[in-house]
Amino acid sequence: MGYKNRVAVIGAGLTKFMRRAQETGKELCFEAARLALDSAGLEMKDIDCVAMATAPDAFDGVHMKGEYLADGAGGFRKPYMRSYVGGGSGVFAINHGWYHVASGHFDACLVVAEEKMSPVMPHPQAAFNAIYDQIMERPLGVNLLWIFALEMNRYMQVHGISQETIALVSVKNKKNGLDHPCAQAGIPGNYTVKEVVDSEIMVWPVTRLMVSPVSDAAGALVLVSERLARRLTDKPVWIEGVGWHLDTSYWTNRDLYYPKYVEYAARMAYRMAGITDPKTEIHVAEIYDPFAYKELHHMEGLLLADKGEAPKLLEKGVTQRDGALPVCPSGGLMGVGNPIAASGVMKLAEIYWQLRGEAGARQVSRPVRRGLAQAWGDLMQVGTVAILGV
Amino acid sequence: MSVNIKEWPGVPLKDRDIQSGKALTTRWQVKADYAWDTGMAMGTFLTGLKEGKILARQCDKCGRTVVPPRMFCEWCFRPTDRWVEVKDTGRVNTFSVSYVLWDATRVEKPTVPVVVEIDGCSPGVGFMHILADVGTTLEAILAKVKVGMAVKAVWKPAAERTGAITDIIHFVPREG
Amino acid sequence: MQERVAIVGIGSTAFRSISPDVSFREMTYEAAVKAYADAGVEPKDVDTFVCVSEDYMEGTAIFDEYVPDQIGAALRPVHTIAGDGLTGIAAAFLQLQTGEFDIAVVEGHSKASNVRHLSHIEAFALDPVMTRPLALNPRFVAGLEMRRYLQESGASEEDAAAVVVKNRENALKNPLAAYPGRFCAHHVMSSPAVAEPLKKMDVAAPADGAIVVVLARECVARRLVEQPVYIQGIGWAQDTPDLDMRDWSRATYAQLATAMACRMAKIKDPSREVDFAEIDDAFSYKELQHLEAVMLAAPGQAAAMLRDGYFDADGEIPVNVSGGSLGNGFLYDAAALRATAEAVTQLRGLAGGRQVKGAETCLVQSWRGIPTAAGAVAILSNH
Repeated sequence: MGYKNRVAVIGAGLTKFMRRAQETGKELCFEAARLALDSAGLEMKDIDCVAMATAPDAFDGVHMKGEYLADGAGGFRKPYMRSYVGGGSGVFAINHGWYHVASGHFDACLVVAEEKMSPVMPHPQAAFNAIYDQIMERPLGVNLLWIFALEMNRYMQVHGISQETIALVSVKNKKNGLDHPCAQAGIPGNYTVKEVVDSEIMVWPVTRLMVSPVSDAAGALVLVSERLARRLTDKPVWIEGVGWHLDTSYWTNRDLYYPKYVEYAARMAYRMAGITDPKTEIHVAEIYDPFAYKELHHMEGLLLADKGEAPKLLEKGVTQRDGALPVCPSGGLMGVGNPIAASGVMKLAEIYWQLRGEAGARQVSRPVRRGLAQAWGDLMQVGTVAILGV
Repeated sequence: MSVNIKEWPGVPLKDRDIQSGKALTTRWQVKADYAWDTGMAMGTFLTGLKEGKILARQCDKCGRTVVPPRMFCEWCFRPTDRWVEVKDTGRVNTFSVSYVLWDATRVEKPTVPVVVEIDGCSPGVGFMHILADVGTTLEAILAKVKVGMAVKAVWKPAAERTGAITDIIHFVPREG
Repeated sequence: MQERVAIVGIGSTAFRSISPDVSFREMTYEAAVKAYADAGVEPKDVDTFVCVSEDYMEGTAIFDEYVPDQIGAALRPVHTIAGDGLTGIAAAFLQLQTGEFDIAVVEGHSKASNVRHLSHIEAFALDPVMTRPLALNPRFVAGLEMRRYLQESGASEEDAAAVVVKNRENALKNPLAAYPGRFCAHHVMSSPAVAEPLKKMDVAAPADGAIVVVLARECVARRLVEQPVYIQGIGWAQDTPDLDMRDWSRATYAQLATAMACRMAKIKDPSREVDFAEIDDAFSYKELQHLEAVMLAAPGQAAAMLRDGYFDADGEIPVNVSGGSLGNGFLYDAAALRATAEAVTQLRGLAGGRQVKGAETCLVQSWRGIPTAAGAVAILSNH
């Protein structure tokens, strides 16, 4: 329980989420980093190391894009490292920064996450074609949405969940997103279940309003040691636990109805945080929702709901902002946007602001002392979890 | 501080800003071609496909029969023990109905991706492919295709097979 | 006082120009099996796994998906660092020093032979607005740097050629090496120009191979193996990615990484305390430039010291006695793991015909390759 050198978050910054940003990837990094540093009252010279997270190089259109983005992310003449676990990268970013500071070798770490998806032609979705196995899968004319639809259908079939119930996630999160200042134009809104279910079928059972959009954005966090935290702020947000697990690449040999890798990642984080009853000890959760059903799927993996029970909690309103366990008060990816790696930092920033009571119109009703952010990635494979507390 | 930040950075562009040349652009097409070594496991598997067979590997420690085949068992972390020819029939583990192509363009006639649990392999073990002969409208497809439904592979004629997953054209429902 | 981190196991395949008989999975499995056997552990004993890779070198988006199985890491804490192998080692080092993990594994491999147009992939790393549109062979970056370095240091093209001769000769004693051979400077000097003054033989040819390294916290390491090899210090740094902002003669990233590693290792002057070194030589002149950056040679002195035999296999400070990348083949991000494995073999006294006598402390240095200014340095010792 607990770990040796405690790490705190003392600042966060985000850019707007945009379908197509004028800023380059470097500039997006800079803007988010600058906001994070300003909010922490620090300058780049106070930062000892930089932990960058950014997902497929194919989007920005630069090989070794970690190096390319380094100067925008404050990595100039500093120890700078890029982690990459697909969609999980945004929450892994804080795990990565955590081990920099928790090692005792660094006092202040700038965590930056960036994604510029818009450069890829003809459409960013095309870049995902290469995530599939080159021998078994790519020759089939596969697209990214297939694997989500296959998983969503399996989850629905095993538990008897309807599209209408899943659509409630879109309704909740797109409504929540109306209050997020960075939300992508056209993404949040007041929708009905019928509108969500009747929207254009992408890959059944996934409809257009059940998928998060393509986005450009960056986010950043400032992590410091306990020593610095006590000097710099009167309300540090402690990293109480971190966890990550990657499942086998052989996804067609796994039952997709349940994300075991999310459970294992969560257990790793809960153990570190000394949490034995997550359902009551986690007060607010930013769960990864690139597709509406994923919020439910992951909620069960995080042990915040029993298997098959997450839809029921959703239907009862438990996961609304005024519920007992608010989920995605930010609006999530469905309500704000999905710039792969930056999405995770958006969720972490939300938990940070919620715990400090600074989330404004998005602030949840119940008192919160402990929050969780989770991301997912790869071929239905990786779970990354961080638990923050005050 | 979320409530304290007044100005959130970011200048959104519209697609027409780029198409009309208002935003200057530079284009590049990367020559990213690869010739992957298939190695022992997949090389043998593909040779098997060319011969109209689906080959799997068995691990004696955990007792699994797996496809796609691998020379080592990822759970036991030991070499797998033998090749086994499994059937070209199976059951639907999950399926979906796709109206978009890889580059996000829409199509009228959908494709039905499927994960088939292959007969002869361990439970829950199989690979992804396409399902055909199940209708062309969403209603028809959803009426016909069920999780657990029996399916069989339809192969290209021997002379047309090249040693690829597409030597199986698609799977179709199997009666009985 | 921080508990030290040690390397307790290494496993490597041979390095070959092509490896058509094995997939990347099978190749990496071989290295992993050897590493676990060497360390006397099983994958289930490992607490955290780090893999280094780049999507465009694999031909797969989110290559992280395909790393766990062949190292026994399915459903375990695994992550990918998009960086060179020594940066991957740094990631494992940091995790072990949090106190939350006892044993870590780092994996890296190269299937460069499967990339049909390597120069196009290398060019894809260039700035898309400022540099790539020039549509030059990306090796021009090395050509520009070589010219500037030679000018400022006073070294000659023949000195750079001498690096090639030394390293490929050293590789003759390395059973894993892909490109051993006995050459003379004339061969190098008369090889076709690539990006003048860079010539074909100045460039390390690519090779395939896989390396896995097992690390542990000191108290665990002592239980596991007779001879742990300690990481006394490690550093990594990024200079500027902008070609326009660069100091074209100095490897600033290596200077910064060295300073960090030496501070941690409490070493003031590496040239006095390091017995031998594995230095990046993806291009011949880089070995000279890097030797000055890591302070094993005073600025402008590396070439003269090389001429004096200082860095020969039987010299004062043998450099790249493994053969380096020139002799082994360039393994891209896995090159640094190859160098680390060599350092470990030497420090254990198990390098046979190429053993450095009395080897106690080694400096390993990595560079991420064109067009980056990124790299790391580690100081390893057997006491």
